[in-house]
Amino acid sequence: MPQLIEWLTPWEFSPTVLICTLLAGSLYARGARRCAAHGAPVPIWRSVCFFIGLALIYLVLQSYFDYLSQHMFWVHRLQHLVLHHLGPFLMIVALRPDLVRRALPSWVHRRVVGPAVRDPFLYGSYRFIQHPLVASLLFVGLIYFWLTPSIHFAAMLSTPRYLAMNWSMVIDGLLFWWVVLDPRPPAAHGTAGYGTRTVMLWAVIPPQIILGAHIGLSETSLFSVYNVCGRAWPISPIVDQQIGGLITWIPASMMSIVAALIVIRLWMHAPNATPGAARRTHGTIAKEPLPE
Amino acid sequence: MKLDGGASRPARYRAALVFAATLLLAGCGSDASWHLRDISGLMPDLQFTLTGSDGRHLDATRFRGKITLLYFGYTHCPDVCPTTLTKLAKAVASLGAQADRVRILFVSVDPERDTPAKLAAYSRYFGPQIVGLTGDNKELRALTKRYRVTYGLGKPDAEGNYEVTHSSAVFIFDAKGEVRLLATHQDKGDAIATDLQRLIGAG
Repeated sequence: MPQLIEWLTPWEFSPTVLICTLLAGSLYARGARRCAAHGAPVPIWRSVCFFIGLALIYLVLQSYFDYLSQHMFWVHRLQHLVLHHLGPFLMIVALRPDLVRRALPSWVHRRVVGPAVRDPFLYGSYRFIQHPLVASLLFVGLIYFWLTPSIHFAAMLSTPRYLAMNWSMVIDGLLFWWVVLDPRPPAAHGTAGYGTRTVMLWAVIPPQIILGAHIGLSETSLFSVYNVCGRAWPISPIVDQQIGGLITWIPASMMSIVAALIVIRLWMHAPNATPGAARRTHGTIAKEPLPE
Repeated sequence: MKLDGGASRPARYRAALVFAATLLLAGCGSDASWHLRDISGLMPDLQFTLTGSDGRHLDATRFRGKITLLYFGYTHCPDVCPTTLTKLAKAVASLGAQADRVRILFVSVDPERDTPAKLAAYSRYFGPQIVGLTGDNKELRALTKRYRVTYGLGKPDAEGNYEVTHSSAVFIFDAKGEVRLLATHQDKGDAIATDLQRLIGAG
């Protein structure tokens, strides 16, 4: 028990992470509750996905795991797999358009979402970074950026850069998976088509394989910061790097395949594919008034 | 006329070369002129509360006005610590009269075995500018966390000996206590001495 408490104690406490986690969790719970009240309950698997994703992100940032991530390359790669791939993926899969709408209080719709969507600069920037090409480049580019040895070195020494690195991974993860897994039919919302999304998912695989293989198969230590600052437990630098390379290489690419299957499922249920199914899933939602 | 024309061309050539070299250096980043890694602004300034070799508490303000080298280790360390300390002490000694403007803080992360008296004797052996420091677990964790380094104590063997893992970083702070450079065991003594000289020269 004391050991568990030690594990769960944040290595470097961040009020921002705590507040964001609580806020995201309570908004989702509110959305789910209100959906149920309107006769469109959220399936349990969606809620489970959301809270597992959220809890995973929180835990890798705010527990002893963060200490290990700072002092072991492969644990750091695992941390980023959760922050950039697994956590945001699970959270986005859990969303349903009506749930998002109902989760946000009406004043947020009126004062924040509405003006933001009407603001040409804000909305234009959002559409730009969510463009399939830009979103894919950002997704892969961020991984390469933070794994550039000199940038990685500075990020592991400097607390502000370390925080910027981890936050950028979560935010970009949410943005990328939202483009890919957006449950709204593209034809009606002007979002990326299912074919485009499938191409995106395949396009981000090779760069991750190349980077992972480059790191995993390198015979020299590329990330000397872990030698300099000390590793969490004795392990050969090359073995540490090999495991880290494999994590960058294999699970990261497998995520794309799982996502591609979900895109195919969305595609099959899209309005023009099977009209009957579409009327069932989307028609009822559209007719409902906005929640107050 | 002819001579003039002939002389101006190499001069122009030289100017272009200097310009290109400047661009190249600028492209290499700010640490191109240091031998060690420039980490200015990446880490917080020097701050700690530890126990000195006289057994009394000591904080970082004691070392303001000195160029300070911060290094973690333990006296039972078989190889890395003695070689690093020897190298650092030699680099500092090579500064001659200015050696007194530098202090090497050797922080033992093995307070169980490294008593203040033992640390004092150990530090003295390497050189007069070396200050042996240690602290309780909480103080040591706070300091290593501040500089994002770690250490760990291994399991004791039959004779009670155990290994200690620690960082190989030497953090170098200027007279104001601000972090400037990072040296590792791979850096040559000459490189360390040259950069220390430059830091002293800068004030």
